[in-house]
Parts: sequence; structure tokens; C-alpha cells
Amino acid sequence: MSAVVSTAPRRAWSFRQPSVIPGFGLTLGFTLTYFSLIILIPLIALAVRSAGLGPEGFWKAATDARVLGSLRVSFVTALMAAGVNVVFGTLIAWVLVRYRFPGRRIFDAIIDLPFALPTAVAGIALTAIYAPNGTVGVLFAPLGWRIAYTPAGIVIAMIFIGLPFVVRTIQPILEEVSHEVEEASATLGANRFQTITHVIFPSLMPAILTGFALAFARAVGEYGSIIFIAGNIPFVSEIAPLLIYIRLQEYNYVGATVIATVMLMISFALLFAINLIQAWSRRRYGYGN
Amino acid sequence: MATKLRAQTKRRRSPTSERRSVQLLMIGIAVAFMAVVLVLPLYAVFHEAFSKGVWAFFAALGEKDAQAAIRLTLLVAAIAVPLNVVFGLAASWAIAKFEFKGKAFLITLIDLPFSVSPVISGLVYVLLFGAGSFLGPWLKGYGIEVLFALPGIVLATIFVTFPFVARELIPLMQDQGTGDEEAALSLGANGWQTFWRVTIPNIKWGLLYGVLLCNARAMGEFGAVAVVSGKIRGQTTTMPLQVEMLYNEYNASAAFALASLLALLALVTLVLKSALEWRFGEEIAAGDH
Amino acid sequence: MEVRVQNVRKEFDRFQALHDVSLDIRSGELIALLGPSGSGKTTLLRLIAGLETPTAGKVFFGDTDASEKTVQERNIGFVFQHYALFRHMTILENISFGLKVRPRSSRPPAGEIRRRAMELLDLVQLSGLEKRYPNQLSGGQRQRVALARALAIEPAVLLLDEPFGALDAQVRRELRKWLREIHDRTGHTTVFVTHDQEEALELSDRLCVMSQGKIEQVGTPDSVYDHPTSPFVFGFIGESSELPVTVENNELWVGGRAIGIPAGDAQPGEARLFFRPHDIELVEADASLAGVVSTSRRVGGTRRVELEIGGGGHHVEVDLPFDHPAGEKTRLAFRPRRWKLFPAK
Repeated sequence: MSAVVSTAPRRAWSFRQPSVIPGFGLTLGFTLTYFSLIILIPLIALAVRSAGLGPEGFWKAATDARVLGSLRVSFVTALMAAGVNVVFGTLIAWVLVRYRFPGRRIFDAIIDLPFALPTAVAGIALTAIYAPNGTVGVLFAPLGWRIAYTPAGIVIAMIFIGLPFVVRTIQPILEEVSHEVEEASATLGANRFQTITHVIFPSLMPAILTGFALAFARAVGEYGSIIFIAGNIPFVSEIAPLLIYIRLQEYNYVGATVIATVMLMISFALLFAINLIQAWSRRRYGYGN
Repeated sequence: MATKLRAQTKRRRSPTSERRSVQLLMIGIAVAFMAVVLVLPLYAVFHEAFSKGVWAFFAALGEKDAQAAIRLTLLVAAIAVPLNVVFGLAASWAIAKFEFKGKAFLITLIDLPFSVSPVISGLVYVLLFGAGSFLGPWLKGYGIEVLFALPGIVLATIFVTFPFVARELIPLMQDQGTGDEEAALSLGANGWQTFWRVTIPNIKWGLLYGVLLCNARAMGEFGAVAVVSGKIRGQTTTMPLQVEMLYNEYNASAAFALASLLALLALVTLVLKSALEWRFGEEIAAGDH
Repeated sequence: MEVRVQNVRKEFDRFQALHDVSLDIRSGELIALLGPSGSGKTTLLRLIAGLETPTAGKVFFGDTDASEKTVQERNIGFVFQHYALFRHMTILENISFGLKVRPRSSRPPAGEIRRRAMELLDLVQLSGLEKRYPNQLSGGQRQRVALARALAIEPAVLLLDEPFGALDAQVRRELRKWLREIHDRTGHTTVFVTHDQEEALELSDRLCVMSQGKIEQVGTPDSVYDHPTSPFVFGFIGESSELPVTVENNELWVGGRAIGIPAGDAQPGEARLFFRPHDIELVEADASLAGVVSTSRRVGGTRRVELEIGGGGHHVEVDLPFDHPAGEKTRLAFRPRRWKLFPAK
């Protein structure tokens, strides 16, 4: 770090930047260089490879039946998982913020487990639980329901990894909803149910949407926790990231690149949507200032 | 009498909270959901790890390949985390202490790796350094192997853990503003002294927080590393990869033994993270996650 | 609507916020609850609203016992210090909210709700802003929306909790005048909480001065200002100077000198003399308060002088014309025109 700060030439920044603090050129320079080397150039390499196919070749590879099948599996399961997470994540955020009960802090801490637990570990653990002879699987086996090695298993894994995104997005906003607004609603004659549906939920809506999008984006891209439990049957339980991996194992770089490009475009569209939601809610409702 | 009683219970309830029975129901649902989704997998890891007894557990960890995997994982984290710390410090210094055009865009770019599927994070390096690329064979001419070797694993790990430190420090340093640094400079400190004696003490807990999360992800990364490692037993298998190999070889108890080490790492991370949040809530700033 | 607060006590955990408070609020009056922070004024307001439940005692709206009713059933209009507007609703939606959440049987038709909301918007002089969001308004405008929203449900009582506390001085003065006008037009029984005595004096029909969970004095602004019944009220309402005196031979004495003020019916012994700094006259007579100027500074149109009286190190403030030549060490003699005597602590 020493070089970053102390050797910053005074002249270089002084006429560019009206600030007495040194180190702008060096820190920004390092940031941009490092970002370019690690993130930007590799992503450009991917884009160049895709572009090399030409629109027709790209379209042909992208609409390959197995590719479409894997994308469908990924998106449908991710949508379901994000849906479940929004419902329970909102409930959990509510309970953690509003109610006091023994063990609250421990549950609050454990919400982050999916961030901290390596995905492969989560994957084998979930498989062990939901396999027909596992703790939970055994409850469903007599009914003829299989969870592991079916799309249901994929949804379970996606619920696991997506939950903290929803809870952690809603929690701070819910804490910010002022007590006074709820009291105002009550003085105006609204009952508790009306206050929750008309006043609290609408103000949580941007956070719920953001949490949904984050959980969805994470679930679509997830690999490690899913492949063990999924069963990986093409067209049924084969997710898109796994198909990328399979194509790579086959040295089919073109196939892998095309799927990756499609997924990236969708992820970036999601990222853009999240930013839009947040900018919109900041402008309109003045959250975060 | 009955109406009187009802009136009294109604009175006792605060106008901005739910009936206790509703509260208990919601707490019950939330806790049950968290128990099944989060706690059960964690329990399963340790349960399975010791399913064949303590002796088998330690025998599995003492395996030559397991040892090599542990060493490799520690080595990768020891390279990737410090590099991302330096980047995080440089980026947050440039972004928080100065005003320049395109700053908001740069912040979005730093978060970019979060929206990239881990498999794709690995794939981009395969495309950049693999057979058929320009760089790969050229470096090989100098005897440098990137793919299926340590450099590739490190690069993929840096990619996926890229934003962790920076996104922790940027809001924190933005929050703290430039007053302290300007004061130090006006008192005659140079940039280097200001950075070490003023800035670092101000952000040390936030920095530790970021390092903690970065490290957990670095040691646990699976998808990106799986793509670039080639999975050469004893050489390029990190702990999560070794878990997968053991699991696929139907050696579940050994897989879970190694997995339990990673789960322990996750638990330690959560405990330290929560301790930091409870103890230094203010000093690690608003915007985690 | 007349409101009666009867022997109300309120405890939070172990903290006693209100000690046995009773207050009659007359129908149609504008009454201020005035006191320093921690005096219990906001707690009293929230008890009337039903946002808090009293530990003991009752609140009556007219002849009905409101303590049996929830906040929703009390039909009160409450205005919060920080507006508490619903930020995801437009101004019009905010104002209509209270009517829209009514049960179908008592809810006016949509067109009627809209008409009433627009009318209120006009009343608070914000016509044309109905489609805006709270975030797009200034603080003063937001508070006016909050008032319109509270008025929309045709409340039995209007309760305002430091309604101008978050606004800057000039807006505050404007809104004060404007609130008085609205009150005179609509005639709602109105209770407002403030810690600003100037605001209370200017705005209210009656004042209720509170301190440490008790009501100190209730009366018109003039009567409270002119005839404070306790040292606290004297000190809290308007400027005041205080001096320890001795009562002897039906006269007041300071440092062994009679100061030319009759003791009235005060008991002989130690006492405290209160007077207003501006309500004094300079005198030549021997029997007066005399002191040495320790500081003297001009404050706008007057000169505020601090005098050291006698040898006891007691300081009092008096106001003189700004062009009075009093400087440090000048000796001045004066007598309060009006004063009040309270027993020693």
C-alpha cells in the first residue's frame, strides 16, 4: 500500500482534482488496471469468441434443443425458488425485525450461512437430507414423492442459496419504516391488516423486488450446491451452468461460450433491472437519504 | 363482564403490533423454515462426517490427498485474499475520497462478478488461456502453465471474490468522508502517514469484516475452480473439489469429513462476523450485502 | 368535542411519565401542552389519541369513556412531528387514505372521497400538487399535507405533536399563523404539543404548562404569563430574573437593605423574588435593587445588562434602552414594576 499513497505525484492530480488528498491517480489507476486484467479482459475474450460465430452460428448454437432445455430448467426452477424465498424471506425478515423471541440473534446470524458455507458442502448435505433415505426424503418416499435427483431438488438447493439475499435486502428497509407512519395509519382508522397491506408492504415493495431479482440471479447461475442433488438428466434436471461444464469437458468451447453468453446477457439485464428499481424507488420515495 | 374483559385485552395491545397469537404463529413458521432450510443441512454435514466414527473421521482427514487439498486451499486463499484487499483499499480510496465522472458506474462494475455464474467465471479463463487461445500456448513456451495449475485456480478465485473487500469499504469510507484525512494533512502529515495512522484505524473493523467474507468464499469456491483446475488428484484439487471427488467415488463419509472442516470454517466466519456486527455495528457501516 | 383527562397515570417500565394528571379540554378550543422535554406532554397527547394506554385513569370524549376504545375507534386526527406521510402514495392518496380504509358501510363513494380530498388540499393551499409524492415537497408543505390528511376523517379532536418542530424558523412562524386561521375556520377542538413558549403564547387559547409528569398551570396565555403560580412556570414562560430575598417587617430585604418592595402576605423569612428583565424601572431612590454591571451587550432593540447584586455573588438580568450608556462596573439602581414572590426552596 505504501507505494499507492506516498509516491503519488502532487502535480498529476492537483489541476485535475480539487482535493488536497493525495493518491487519486495511483489508486484509480490500480483499480482500473486490476479490474481490467481480472474481470474485463476475460469477459471481453468471451464476447469475442461469441462474436466470432456470427449471428447465424450463434443463433443455431443457442437454440440447440439441449441448451434450450437446460435454460428452461434453470429459469423455471430459479423462478420457483425465488418465489418461495420472497414469501418466506419477507416473513423471516419481519419476524427478525419486529418480534423478540429466544434465539433471535442466533437465527439472525445463521441467515448468512448460505453465504459462508461452500456450495459443494451445501450440495452434498442437501442431497443427504433429501435423498429417499435421508432425514426429510424418508418422509416423502412413502407418498411416492422424490425430491433429490428431480427438479424439486434443484428448487430446494436454490431456496437454500437464495434465502439470505431476500432477507438481507428487506431487513434494513423494514427497520427504516418509521413507527410513526404505522401510528398515523392507525389514527386514520386503518386496522392492523390494512396498515400492513396498504402502508408497510407497499413501502417494502422495491426491496422485495430487489431481493427477488438477486435471489433469482444467484439461483440461475448457481452450480455447486445443485449438481449433487439435481440428478442431471438432460431436458429434465440439467441446469445451464452444468451444461457449460459438460461442453467444456467435451472440449466444445463454442458450445460452452454460447450458453455462457446467453446467461450473461440475462444476468446483466437483471442487474440493470435491479439498478433501475433502486434508482426509481430512491427518486420517488427518497429511500436511503 | 365479558365485554369488559374483551375491551381490556384490546386496550393492552399496542396499535402498532400484532396479536400475540399471530406473532407466535409467525415466529413458529419462520423458525421452522430456518431450521429446515438452514440448520438441518449444517447438522447433516457433521452427522455424516462422524457416521463411521471418530477414527474414520480423522483417518479421512489424514489422507495424503486430503492434506494436499487443504494445503492448496490455504495457499490459494493466501494469495487471492491479500490481492483483493489491496484492490479493495485502492478502489475505496479512489471512490470515497474523490469526486470524478463515472464513479457510480465504476461501483456497479465492481459488483459485476456477483452476477456472473461461477462456472462462467472459470470459463472465461479457459477461453483466455486454454488450447486454441493466443495466450495459453505462448506462456507455455516459457514453461508457464496457467490452466489446470495453481495460477488458473488463483485467477478464478480472485474473480469470484473480487468485490468482497471493496464493497464493504466503499460505503464505509464514503460515510466517513474526507474530514479526518484533511485534518491530518493540514497538521503536516504526509499521504502515507495519513493513510496508516488515520484512515486504516477508521476502517479496520470494516476491513476485517470484508476479509472474513472474502476468505470464506475464496476457500469454499467450487464452480469456478472446478472449471480451471483439471482436478488432478493431489495437485490441483482444492478442498471443495476433493469433497466432490470423494463423494462421486461413493466415499461419502470421507467427503463429509472434509466437508465438515469447510462447514467449521463457515461457522467460525459467521461467529466472527456476528461478533463484529454486535460489537462494532457502527464502524463496519451500513451497507453489507 | 370536549375532552376530559381524569386522574391519568402512565408508567414506562419503571419510569413514571405522568403522575395523576387531570385536564379538561373545552370544545372548539386550541390548547397547547407546553413543557421541556421529559415533561410528559407528548405522552399525554398520545394517551388522548389512544396510541398509549394509561396505567391508571380515564379519558373521556364528551360523555363516552374513550379509554375503552382503540385508536382506530377514537376518530382523532393526529399530526406527527416528522409528518409520517406515506411515501409511496401521492399527496391525494395520502389525504384520502383515512376515508378509503373505512368499512364499506361507512365509506363515501370514490368520487366523494376525491372531492373532499381536493377540497382539503385547497384548504391547506396546496392545490395542484395532488399528484406529487411527499418526497417532492418541502417540509412545510409536507406538514400541511399531514394536517389535511388528519382533517379528512373529520376528527372529533385534532392532536398535533410538535407539528413545527422539524421546520426552520421562518416557515415555522408562517405555519403558526396559518394553523390559527385553519382552526378558526374549522373549529376543531385542537391540542398541540410544543416546547416553544413563544409558539404556545402566540397560537393557543389556553396553555397547559407541564413539568416532570405533572401539570403546573393551566390558563390563558396572558394569565399564565402575568400570573405564574410557580417558579417553574415563571422561569419557563418568558424571560425571568431570580433573586433570593428576605421577608421582614412586610418588606423585602437584600443584603441587609430594604429594596422598596412590599412583602404583601408573604411569611417572614427566606424567599425568592422573580421579575421580568424588561419589566423594570431605573430609580434614584435608596430603597431599590442596586448592583454593578458585570456584562452589557446590545441585543437588537434593547441592551441586556447583567448586574451583580450585593456581595453574595447573585446575578440578575435587566433590559435597558440600547443607547443606555451602562458599561462594566457602572452602578445601577432599579426596581421591578411587577414581580412575584415564591417561598425559598
